[in-house]
Amino acid sequence: MADVKLVSLTKSFGEITAVGDMNLEIKDREFFVLLGPTGAGKTTTLRLVAGLEKQDEGEVIIANQNVDNYSPALRDVAFVFQYYTLYPHYTVLQNLEFPLKSRLRRYPQEEIDKKVAEVSQVLHIGHLLNRQTVNLSGGEMQRVALGRAMVRNPKVFLMDEPLSNLDAKLREEMRRELLRLHFDLGATFFYVTHDQVEAMTMGDRVAVLNEGKILQLGTPDEIYNSPKNVFVAKFVGSPAINLFDSTVIKESLVIGKKEMICTLLQKQTQKLKNYDRLILGIRPEDIGISREQKKINSYKCKVYFNQSMGAEDILNLKADSIMFRAIAPPRLNITVGETVYANINIERAHLFNPDTQECLG
Amino acid sequence: MAEIILENLIKRFGDLIAVKNLNLDIRNKEFLVLLGPSGCGKTTTLRCISGLESADEGRILIDGEDVTRKRASQRDIAFVFQLYALYPILTVYENIAFPLKAQKYEKQKIKEEVGKVAEILKIKHILKKKPKELSGGDMQKVALGRAMVRRPKAFLLDEPIGTLDAKFREEMRGELKKLHIDIGATTVYVTHDQVEAMSMGDRIAIMNQGVIQQLGSPHEVYNKPDNIFVANFIGSPGMNFINCIPKRKDGRVAFKMTEDDIYIELPDQVQRRVSENVKDKIELVLGIRPEDVDLSMKREEGLLEAEVYVNEETGAYNIIDVSLGSTVIKVRTLPTIQPNIGDTAYLSFDIDRMSIFNKQSGNAIRA
Repeated sequence: MADVKLVSLTKSFGEITAVGDMNLEIKDREFFVLLGPTGAGKTTTLRLVAGLEKQDEGEVIIANQNVDNYSPALRDVAFVFQYYTLYPHYTVLQNLEFPLKSRLRRYPQEEIDKKVAEVSQVLHIGHLLNRQTVNLSGGEMQRVALGRAMVRNPKVFLMDEPLSNLDAKLREEMRRELLRLHFDLGATFFYVTHDQVEAMTMGDRVAVLNEGKILQLGTPDEIYNSPKNVFVAKFVGSPAINLFDSTVIKESLVIGKKEMICTLLQKQTQKLKNYDRLILGIRPEDIGISREQKKINSYKCKVYFNQSMGAEDILNLKADSIMFRAIAPPRLNITVGETVYANINIERAHLFNPDTQECLG
Repeated sequence: MAEIILENLIKRFGDLIAVKNLNLDIRNKEFLVLLGPSGCGKTTTLRCISGLESADEGRILIDGEDVTRKRASQRDIAFVFQLYALYPILTVYENIAFPLKAQKYEKQKIKEEVGKVAEILKIKHILKKKPKELSGGDMQKVALGRAMVRRPKAFLLDEPIGTLDAKFREEMRGELKKLHIDIGATTVYVTHDQVEAMSMGDRIAIMNQGVIQQLGSPHEVYNKPDNIFVANFIGSPGMNFINCIPKRKDGRVAFKMTEDDIYIELPDQVQRRVSENVKDKIELVLGIRPEDVDLSMKREEGLLEAEVYVNEETGAYNIIDVSLGSTVIKVRTLPTIQPNIGDTAYLSFDIDRMSIFNKQSGNAIRA
């Protein structure tokens, strides 16, 4: 298996810089996720690693070897695409055997049989081997596509949104299976997605990408609980973080026309010195709901509407004209139109510079 | 605004019956979601309401008036497909004004109506722009504005946000729900995404194979699913299903897991509920939601022993998948609980919150 290093990687298409001076080290056996919106440059990055695109500048290093002059086939990486790229007129077995029979490899049949058997056991596709791929469900096809990548024991798996064409149920199941597969194979996974749930649940580390630049690199825990800037804070987490434009007055934050006044902790007020305005970020689960007012940072508001998700209620609240979201357990039986108190857990507040959008140090 | 009633609606395509004798009362000002997998008949139902398809049998009433044989344009409802379908060469103002111009409204009247719509949607500042200069969210609003400006009796929306990025979809779910509250128009919304259905619908009709499986509020369909199909379709992470056979053990009924020698103990009220099934040896399915399973790393009397399969962190909570015998169970826990793959974990179920289904029929067994 292998680590992957990207050194000052740059790729432009005409005037658009898809990937700008990217530096990244993916560790051996790591499940690494590149997360970002459409057009962020994530797929381009992956294609550069695979050798499907040629970079304008920089280097791609796989297992301590510069592979810039290697064709995709020689890089010893396996690419799993968003669309299952199976041969439709082949059976599952023929699809799995194909990479082992290519001119580059030509394995003996005995070894091919062994490999296919191993892979089909891990992916639970043994019963499908004689089926035509056109007769498979989406989930089965994606498993076969994974199997075809696995048979040749590549150093690195490159995965480009492999779950995004599956329905929600199957996606959930495949997330679990991919995680376990990664554990069982002990291979390096380099995974691209726009879905923050996939990134959070599967990644050992996540790089959040926007406009060709990495905005933050860290564990899911770091990305979620210590976002470095507003973009990352907004992109990760669902329902999204609440962001309040606020004015600094003494040691408090004033939101709107004094609809909400937030008292900060001492360790937070130390950061305020040079600011008269701030963005206060607070995740919906860090706002508690009660029917009576609490002593501090407790705001009277109306339930504007409720997005009831089953396990939790997402309350959309209005404190006069200020709208925000809080998560409440369904057993509280909060009703639309009801007046409740929103209690901000200020310990969990994120403070951002409104000009640079960066987190206050 | 409008009340829409579907009576014994049937729609066939050749040998295929897409909608089978469907009955549904959609209330005035309601946000009703038709939810189901592809091919379940939800879009066909919507197209029958709009008049884009004609029903083979049954009636469609809008505000008491039978419109079954009326053309789409005479039904006074707005059908919105993908919210992006704007005219690229027209400005935002012209796009929204378009349906009124087509109906030969006076210029002054058009200006007034477009102004009102722009006010509600908060898009006054972009009226002079062309669609290509807009963000995705603004484009959606303009497309909605074009539907709203005619003041239709009802809005019919067919997977309007299905193709967007996850992040943007979340934002639009809030926006559409808010808009519905602000304008209060009857809305029928088709989707295959249960998150959209749960987060926006006043009521949800869950469809499969042309038949409504259950109609109820998000709370009802989540907590009291009528059958396994509904229980499985609603909720993320999804409900856990455990195949069981009720058995007597020490004078009490317990659920023995079908494939494993593991017994799940039952409290008194559930004992009564299943006692008649013990005799018949009917195979049951126990359904339990991930948040109703408690996971502990400490061994205790009465807890079920399981092995950690994987751990998924979401930030706000963790989903821990554990193998209980040959069944993988999802447990929703606090983010602070972070076991390793292969660890032994101990489970208990909040039995009051579980559902019991007849395995063969799939129907819920209620008290």
